[in-house]
Amino acid sequence: MTLSIFLIVSAALFCIGLLAALSRRHAIFILIGIEMMLAAANINFIAFWRFAPQPAQPTGVMVAIFSIAIAAAEAAIGLAMVIAVYRHFRTTNVDQLDQLKG
Amino acid sequence: MNTVTFTIIAIFTLTFALAAATNPRLMHAALSFAVMFVGIAAFFFLLGAEFVGLVQIFVYVGAVAVLIVFTILLTRRDPEKTRGFNWGGVVIAIAVFVGLVWAILKSTSVSIAPPVIKALTVKQIGMALMGSYVWPLLCVGVLLTAALIGALILVLEDKRQ
Repeated sequence: MTLSIFLIVSAALFCIGLLAALSRRHAIFILIGIEMMLAAANINFIAFWRFAPQPAQPTGVMVAIFSIAIAAAEAAIGLAMVIAVYRHFRTTNVDQLDQLKG
Repeated sequence: MNTVTFTIIAIFTLTFALAAATNPRLMHAALSFAVMFVGIAAFFFLLGAEFVGLVQIFVYVGAVAVLIVFTILLTRRDPEKTRGFNWGGVVIAIAVFVGLVWAILKSTSVSIAPPVIKALTVKQIGMALMGSYVWPLLCVGVLLTAALIGALILVLEDKRQ
């Protein structure tokens, strides 16, 4: 059990999130991919905190808590945007949202 | 921290993450996403950050997964085919993964064993939040309020038309 095995699992999770964000065409699944990448970053924060010598402040835990709060705000705004886009264009397929394409 | 528990949690989490990323059925993928966050919370428990694990379960399985399911239900009458899959993303994801694993295995400073540390109590977290982290806490409060108002404004029906 070393730190690197946690980092490898977190890298795998990040890449699965990247895969979802890049290859799905449904807007909700792009958001799900972004949430996965944020969760992988949280695993890194907690793993680095756990494997460091005990500091005076639980910094890694604090950063992970704030990161979770910001990810929740991002998910709420993103899903509201998906609903707003669906109202306008009647689709959630990001390939069809090309009104600004030159 | 034993290796068997770690392996089980890792396989569980990555399986559900892959299911969430590739399942063509939207609702099944959203539910896999919720189960994946239980696996991530199990990682936090394994690493000794029980508070963060519980927050993760409450926020993601309790709130974000329900939001996603609601959004899927509200946008269900999508007439177009939304199940396309772009294989270029697979290539990029595998390339990034290989690069990251190469970097992790190459660096010697991360192959260390966990030191023995004192358990982190919720009291310590509360003292830190109200002490040196009080300004970030207030900023997150403002951010969450702004996000709440912004989400409401985005989804409000435009009554003027």
